This record gives sequence, structure tokens and C-alpha cells, in this order.
Amino acid sequence: MLSDRRPILLANARIVDPSRDLDFPGDLLIADGVIREAKRGIGAAGVPEGTEVVDCRGKIVAPGLIDMRAFVGEPGAEHRETMASASQAAAAGGVTTIICQPDTSPTIDDPTIVDFVLRRARDTAIVHVQTMAALTKGLKGEEMSELGLLKAAGAVAFTDGLKSVTNAQVMRRALTYARDFDALIVHHTEDPDLVGEGVMNAGEFATRLGLSGVPSAAETIMLERDLRLVSLTESRYHAASVTCLGSLEVLRRAKDAGLAVTASASINHLALNEIDVGPYRTFFKLSPPLRSEDDRRTLTAALDEGLIDVVMSDHNPQDVEVKRLPFAEAAAGAIGIETMLPAGLRLVHNGELKLLTLLKAMSTRPAELLGLAGGTLRPGAPADVVVIDPDVPWLVDPEQLKSKCRNTPFDEARMQGRATRTIVAGRTVYESL
Amino acid sequence: MNIAHKSSFVLSQRHLLGIAGLSHADIVGLLDLAGEFVELNRQIEKKTASLRGRTLINMFFEASTRTQASFELAGKRLGADVMNMSVSSSSIRKGETLIDTAITLNAMHPDIIVMRHHASGSVELLSQKVDCSVINAGDGQHEHPTQALLDALTIRRRKGSIEGLTVAICGDILHSRVARSNIILLNTLGARVRVVAPSTLLPQGIERFGVEVTRDMREGLSGADIVMMLRLQRERMNGSFVPSVQEYFHYFGLDQKKLSYAKPDALVMHPGPMNRGVEIDSIVADGAQSLIREQVEMGVAVRMAVLEALSRNLPNA
Repeated sequence: MLSDRRPILLANARIVDPSRDLDFPGDLLIADGVIREAKRGIGAAGVPEGTEVVDCRGKIVAPGLIDMRAFVGEPGAEHRETMASASQAAAAGGVTTIICQPDTSPTIDDPTIVDFVLRRARDTAIVHVQTMAALTKGLKGEEMSELGLLKAAGAVAFTDGLKSVTNAQVMRRALTYARDFDALIVHHTEDPDLVGEGVMNAGEFATRLGLSGVPSAAETIMLERDLRLVSLTESRYHAASVTCLGSLEVLRRAKDAGLAVTASASINHLALNEIDVGPYRTFFKLSPPLRSEDDRRTLTAALDEGLIDVVMSDHNPQDVEVKRLPFAEAAAGAIGIETMLPAGLRLVHNGELKLLTLLKAMSTRPAELLGLAGGTLRPGAPADVVVIDPDVPWLVDPEQLKSKCRNTPFDEARMQGRATRTIVAGRTVYESL
Repeated sequence: MNIAHKSSFVLSQRHLLGIAGLSHADIVGLLDLAGEFVELNRQIEKKTASLRGRTLINMFFEASTRTQASFELAGKRLGADVMNMSVSSSSIRKGETLIDTAITLNAMHPDIIVMRHHASGSVELLSQKVDCSVINAGDGQHEHPTQALLDALTIRRRKGSIEGLTVAICGDILHSRVARSNIILLNTLGARVRVVAPSTLLPQGIERFGVEVTRDMREGLSGADIVMMLRLQRERMNGSFVPSVQEYFHYFGLDQKKLSYAKPDALVMHPGPMNRGVEIDSIVADGAQSLIREQVEMGVAVRMAVLEALSRNLPNA
């Protein structure tokens, strides 16, 4: 911890509160771990004695980011990432809450493991950590897990991580049962048979590289099936990672029909496309795969208009042993928790997204969907806040990233803008030099 | 007596990873040089000394008879020391990664490594980790550049030039590195390329490679100067990509009737090994229009040319 819980005044900032669609010049006062007020001209005179006054001229003050999908590795794969290292990376990226995924070892499919994860996070992490629990026991897609008890233990949503529940009957029952607990089901939508041996987006580029392709229909078909089941069960459903045009059409239809359906897009799919794979660069091997530029543009536009609700990092640390292999044999996944905000700011600078939209999708919306108290600068809310310098130029040096793994697709990328201070529950947990 | 080489062609790169990285001049330079080696290979004294002192490692992670033998012979005829490593005896079976194997071999100071591997891009990966030149002898479904070069040399010697010829490539385009390399090379040299296959064996986006695509042998072969057949792997024959061998042969197997759709002087090629009665009929394979044996002969000359052209780039060359 860099500092104690002295009151903090973030002065002369551009205050952006997506929970109230506010964007104005002003000051934000934090005391006792909560936001006291955010308004124009609080000034150094109007604050309690001992307040740390931070001049935020030229900077943005926004709710701390909530990363709705991060694969942490603890328990079971601590060599890849621990709660501690993930939380360090999060803090450096302006993320104040991480949502873990249940595909750990052991799987988070039992209330005692939820309890373990939350205690472990409390003891070692410098940001908030919440966890999703397994939708089916052992992520096998056969029997639903104890949704009620897991939720009571603290699980914020239910998912089988990177696996899709292929059995429609199992999915239907889980959705039906989840409704009784108002539980949110988050589903990775990829039909494993259609994915087959595919390792990158199907199309000309895969053919040129001689790699087997994953058709975007693999995603859309599974999503479409799910949405039919949701209309049957009227439960809350969240598509874990939407990447392509076809899926967006299906999603739009469901939303227009008034279903309680929401969706995430990963920062990778918003910022990168299949051509980035280039000469077999395994850091760009993702699941679902990076799509075409047309898909990427459509996805960004869908975020801009609110069809996509959440932007997440899809943080997935993989070490060199599983990445330094021929492309088809390498593990999928990229780290991203620390670069999510800068990569998002790129889209803002390019004119593809409004800042308010980006920040809403990275804070307010996930808080609403998961029932968390953050994602807002409302007085009385927890003081989870990020100070952003939107313009500072910097180069991504993988050696400087806080994650235990180096598999970033933004290796040596030129960025403009980043978090300069991250505050969790009123304490400054990160400050850039 | 050795023939004095007239060509002093040097490849403008350290590795040969694919046809995709070669210019028109690179391809013509290699073919010209290979043409000279054809003559040398027909003499009693076939050896030269241009690779004397050099070490060539043949690293084959996939079974191969003709390509491996061809590279071995090419290396030996140029005077190099040749070592063959095949998967059955290698430590990859013991769980060693490709990169560790590469680092181990690199420590032995080879000058050229020839590699075949089942994963696309693996040869490129290897080339990033070693100090020597690397030649792609086939990587997954990506490229097989020396096969395309030897096919081009074979065609050029029979037809004089490749420009303006119509070449039909038929069969399992989807899984074929030979098809990809040939399409790129033949297009670069100005041929008109057609691919003929059932839709299940056509890769997505193939029409963007500058080829005409058809599912019908009659249409695909009509007016063709060259008919290039591809091997169909046994595991893909029964229901997964095509319903049966019988049905495949009926529609796509090259017999005399289908060959008659092509020009009367059309020539038949196959990279081998052939599945007689699956993609090609024995009468056609062994007939007067077949170039299949000549392809093998050209293979040695082309690989000598590639080794020679790359070795001129090596340090102290």
C-alpha cells in the first residue's frame, strides 16, 4: 500500500461518471473509503484537515474499472498468475475489481472453494477480487453446480469459463434453475465440433498460413441456441465474448425482443484483427479467434451504440512453455488486464468510441450486471477510483508489466494514455512515476 | 569433369521458407541454376565441391521417402556432410519441444537445416531460433517450396515456358501445402491456374489466390496444358471429407476419359506418393503423358540449386 487512508482531494480534474452520464470539470473528495462529493470547485479550502490534495489538471477522474473476465490461475496454476500478481497488474491498469473465472484447479464449483478464493484475495490482492463459479460441476457440461449455495458463498455469476455447454437440455435446466436465484449465467459460445481443429479465424489469411480455420458460425450458432433457450426460460444471460457480425445480429434480435440478455467484447477483439497474427505470432492466438477487420469495426460500432454492454480484458496468462510452439500447438490466450484501458483509449483517440461509452462498458455496466457497489462516482459509493492521463505517450514493454506472464499482443505497442493513480476503497494502490 | 557453372545466382535471403517470399527473379534464378544441375546429374561424375566442409541436417518430423532422399543426395553431390534425423529416433518423442531440439542442433554448428514438420509455421519458428540457413521441406498445410520449384522446372523443360500455360491443380487443395506453393509460384510466372476439387476439400478464400475454382473435372481440365493431381490422405476418404473412395474416384480420379478433356498434349503430374485408383488411374500414371518420374529427377536438381544458392549467402562463402 502506497499510502494510508487519509482523505484525498482529486482537484481540477475532468470528472467522468458514466453511471450518471456526467462529464464535467471539477474536484472529487474521498474520505473514509467512500466518495464524499464530486462537484465543481470544492477547492483545498473546503476539505478536512490532513487531506492529500492531488492536482489532476489535464487528467480524467473516473470510477475504477471492473474487469469482468480474467483468468487468474490461483488456485492451481500459481506459476502463471496469482491473486497478488494479477491485482498488481490490475492496479497498474486502473482496474479496481477483478472478476475471476472458475476454470482453476480445483475448479471453483464448490462453496468452500469460493470461500477460499475470496479469503485468499482478501489476504493477498491489492484490488477487489470477485469470482464467478462453475455453471456445471467440474466444467463438464453435464450436471449443474450448486447455483444457490455458490451464490450465497459470494459467486457473482456462473460460467464454464472457456467451455461451452453443448448439451441444450443441461443449459436449459441451468437457465431455468438460475432464474429462481436471480443468478446471471455467463456463457462462452463456441460449438466445439465446428471449432474442430481450427486455430484462427477461417478465411483467406488462415488459408495462406495453412492453418485450420474457426468459422464465425461456430460462435453464432451456439449464441443463437442460447438465446432461444433464454426466451423459453426468461433468465438472465450474458454472452461472455462476442466477436463477429453474425453474433451481433442475433444479439440485437434478442435485445429487441426484450430478453434479459447482455454481452461482453474483449479488448483484443475491439482493437486487433486476424491480420495481426502475421507470421504465426502465438500471442495473437485467442479463443474465440481474432476476426476480420469488418467484424472488428462492427463490434466497435456495436459497443458505441450500446449493443455490447461490457468490455473485458480476457486476461489469460500463458507462459513461454505453452506459447513458444508452432501456432497450432500453442495455448490460446493473452494477458490484458494492465493494457485494457490504454488499448481502449486508442479507440477513443481514433474516433471510434466516445470516452464515456468506453468507461461505462468497463465500470458501470459490469457493476450493474454483477450487483457490485462500484462503477459510479455517486456520493456514498465505495472510493474505487482511477485517475487517467488520456494523452501521455508510452511504449508497452512486456518486462515492465506486472503480470507473471509476458504474452501480451500489445508487445511494444505505442500507446497514448494510461492510469496514473488507482484508488481502491480510499487507498491509493498504484501511482505512476 | 565438372561442368563450370555459368549462373552465379545468389538467393536474396538466408532461408527458403516458402514461395510466398520469393520474387520473380528469385524463382527464375533458382530454376536456371537447377537446369544446370540436371545436366550434371546425368553424368557419371556427379560431385562438385561447392558445399565442401558444410554440414547439412535433414530433420524430418513427418515420414518422407522422396523428399528426404532427394535432399540427402543433393547435399552429398555438392560435397556437404549430410546428417539425417527422423522422428522415430529423435528426442521429440521424449517430449522435447521443437525449439529445444533446434537449440541443441544449432550448438553443433550446422550450415543448413532442412526441415519437414506437421505444423504450419514450424519451419519459420525454427528459423528464428538458429544461426544457420533453414529450408522448408514441407510445413503442415502451409508451403512446400522445393516441390513447387521442381514442378516448375519439369514444366519449363517440357513446355519451354510457363507463362500463358493453363494448369489445373486437382484434388485435396484444403490440406495441401503443395497446392499453396504451386499456386503462388505458377501465378508469379504467369500461368493461368485452376483448382478442381469437391467443396469440402477447398479452403475458404482460395478464390482470392488468383485462381479459377471449379468442382467439375471436365470444366477444370478443358484446355489445360498441365494436370496436376494431389494425394488424398487415407483418413480423409471415408465419410469425413468425401463419402468414399469409389465416389471420389468417380468424380475426381484422373482416368483416360477425364484426361481427354485436357489438351491432347497435356502433361500429367503428381507430387507423390500416389494412391493408385484413388486420385489417379495406373494407366494414366504410367502413360506417355505422365511426368511423374521426371519430377523426381528434377527434385534432386532443384534441391541442389537451392542448397547452392543459399550457401553462397553463408558466412565465409
